[in-house]
Amino acid sequence: MSAAVDIPAAGSEEQPRSGNRAWNKLKANKSAFVGFLLVVFFISIAILAPLLPIANPTATSWGAIRNAPSAAHWLGTDELGRDILSRMIWGAQASLLAGVVSVLIAVSVGVPFGLISGYFGGWIDQIISRATDALLATPFLILAIALAAFLGPSLTNAMIAIGLSAMPIFIRLTRGEVLAVKTEDYVEGAHAIGLPTPIILMRYILPNVFAPILVQATLTIATAIIAEASLSFLGLGQQPPAPSWGSMLNVAKNFMTQAPWMAMWPGIAIFLVVLGFNLLGDGLRDALDPRET
Amino acid sequence: MKHFAQDTILEARGVGRTFTRGGGLFQQRTFVRAVDGVDLTVRRGETLAIVGESGCGKSTLARTLVRLLEPTKGQVLYEGNDIAHLPARDMRRLRKDLQFVFQDPFSSLNPRMTVGAIVEEPLTVHTQDNKTIRRQKVAGLLQRVGLRSSMADRYPHEFSGGQRQRIGIARALASDPSVIVADEPVSALDVSVQAQVINLLEDLKSEFNLTLILIAHDLAVIRHMSDRVAVMYLGEVVEIGDTETVYGAPRHPYTQALMRAIPVPAPGMRAMHADLPGDIPSPLNPPSGCRFHTRCGLADEQCGIDRPRLQTADGTRQVACHHWQKIAEDRTRQKQEPPRSVATAKRFSLYREWSRKKKSNGPSSSPAVTTTQRKDKNA
Repeated sequence: MSAAVDIPAAGSEEQPRSGNRAWNKLKANKSAFVGFLLVVFFISIAILAPLLPIANPTATSWGAIRNAPSAAHWLGTDELGRDILSRMIWGAQASLLAGVVSVLIAVSVGVPFGLISGYFGGWIDQIISRATDALLATPFLILAIALAAFLGPSLTNAMIAIGLSAMPIFIRLTRGEVLAVKTEDYVEGAHAIGLPTPIILMRYILPNVFAPILVQATLTIATAIIAEASLSFLGLGQQPPAPSWGSMLNVAKNFMTQAPWMAMWPGIAIFLVVLGFNLLGDGLRDALDPRET
Repeated sequence: MKHFAQDTILEARGVGRTFTRGGGLFQQRTFVRAVDGVDLTVRRGETLAIVGESGCGKSTLARTLVRLLEPTKGQVLYEGNDIAHLPARDMRRLRKDLQFVFQDPFSSLNPRMTVGAIVEEPLTVHTQDNKTIRRQKVAGLLQRVGLRSSMADRYPHEFSGGQRQRIGIARALASDPSVIVADEPVSALDVSVQAQVINLLEDLKSEFNLTLILIAHDLAVIRHMSDRVAVMYLGEVVEIGDTETVYGAPRHPYTQALMRAIPVPAPGMRAMHADLPGDIPSPLNPPSGCRFHTRCGLADEQCGIDRPRLQTADGTRQVACHHWQKIAEDRTRQKQEPPRSVATAKRFSLYREWSRKKKSNGPSSSPAVTTTQRKDKNA
């Protein structure tokens, strides 16, 4: 590829702009495209849940308790006779929201703190870093439980609690990357041009530290979905009878031997979503890097 | 010197930059005086070269001159105004006039921005031009430095080192500066490309009426390009003057050693190796008095105590040495070889004897003598 660099390029005018180029690279990357399809699939069933011709996810039926998958109930029923397929589809909303929103919270709070801490250094770095250390010293789930209990039980509060608990890792990751990038000549060059600090941070530092953050974010989505399950299990997340994959999984573990399908479907769904986000994240990282061809 | 002369565009007055290391709970705080009390004037439109070995503070001085680093003491005057203590906002506006070309073309361009965006950046900050005009200007600049304007949509990694350095130069030119500081602009490039970039810089300098401050350690490049040269040693300027004067008759013992280190491209006209004993001392703990006295052949007691100041020697040349007059009188000494060791002297006398014999006896007897001479050499 790089051989073409010095040759007078005839086709250079039709070189795609960066957005198109990234999309084409993503499409060309098979595993990333599979990840993209998985994520799109789960997001669309979550969004389309009210429109799909499925049973009421909270309607119980004493006559159909813990039924195995059948024509009537494709994925079987749970311990109260509720249809697992419709609970899965409605539960996708809660789980994906918990995963994506809490990571968005973590990234949008953590990354700016990391940028400031790493770029400016000095006392402000000391304060942010020590606070991060304190948060990291507390186990992730314990912190999330404490925050969720403090905020009160609801899915929204669970997402905020998970987001804040996942934030310190992003602060630390961003700070470390910024420390490495800010000594690069091109950042000094940005100063030499006379760019104001906010623009240097946004245009020079952030794009160059974003790849590892993106990968960390896709990994954290998985952690967040599972954390939401734990919080729901403790009654701090999705409130019953509304479904979420996590709470379904937590109930199902009591019936592992009698009704294994109850645990299987949420487990498979979490696995596929997490896999999808990871593949997509890896692909995005490569697609957004202009150096990768 | 107190008055800011008309033809001076940039002036350093007693500029010093100290880096602090350590200072933690159990650590001793250490200070590195990278640049220490440098006085320097840069004339409008000239090319001033700053030369010295690695670690002598020339890059630090260069960055201080355009305030990429803030000096810890002294003043930097641009057009008579002290820019070392200017508020950040005013300084940003001034950066239009003071541009910098970096040494490493591989790390000095943002890998996430297209070349067009990189060159456009100074225009966005410093001009009110709209996007179309900016694009046109970028295309013009790219062409001026020898790249095609269609390359604006590509990313830096698609270019070779020389091309990247041209992009760096195009960006430095974009804001229409009056001073460009180039920190070893060609030392990271292939020798074949170096000449192109140097010629480009020279052309641009006259075309855009630039004042060029060139940091380099390639003495041949400096002689080719610069009007004046400042020689640095351990954070101090030890000699400054017109290039030909300094090259032709260096007055500071360190400059002399530097000039002696230039290889002479002629067989039999071997340049003498630089006869400086030891290494450059650590700037953590610089020698007292004259910083060069630990390696200087002329050093006496005074040199260990008194720090010599830059003083005007002949004409416009300034030297920081207690003994420059002695060096000036002793012109012959510079042209001579360094003192020979006893063994070398013996070998040379043997050779002289042999060649005298050869002349008187004729060429026939030479083989036998050659063998004896070889034996002596081995002894």
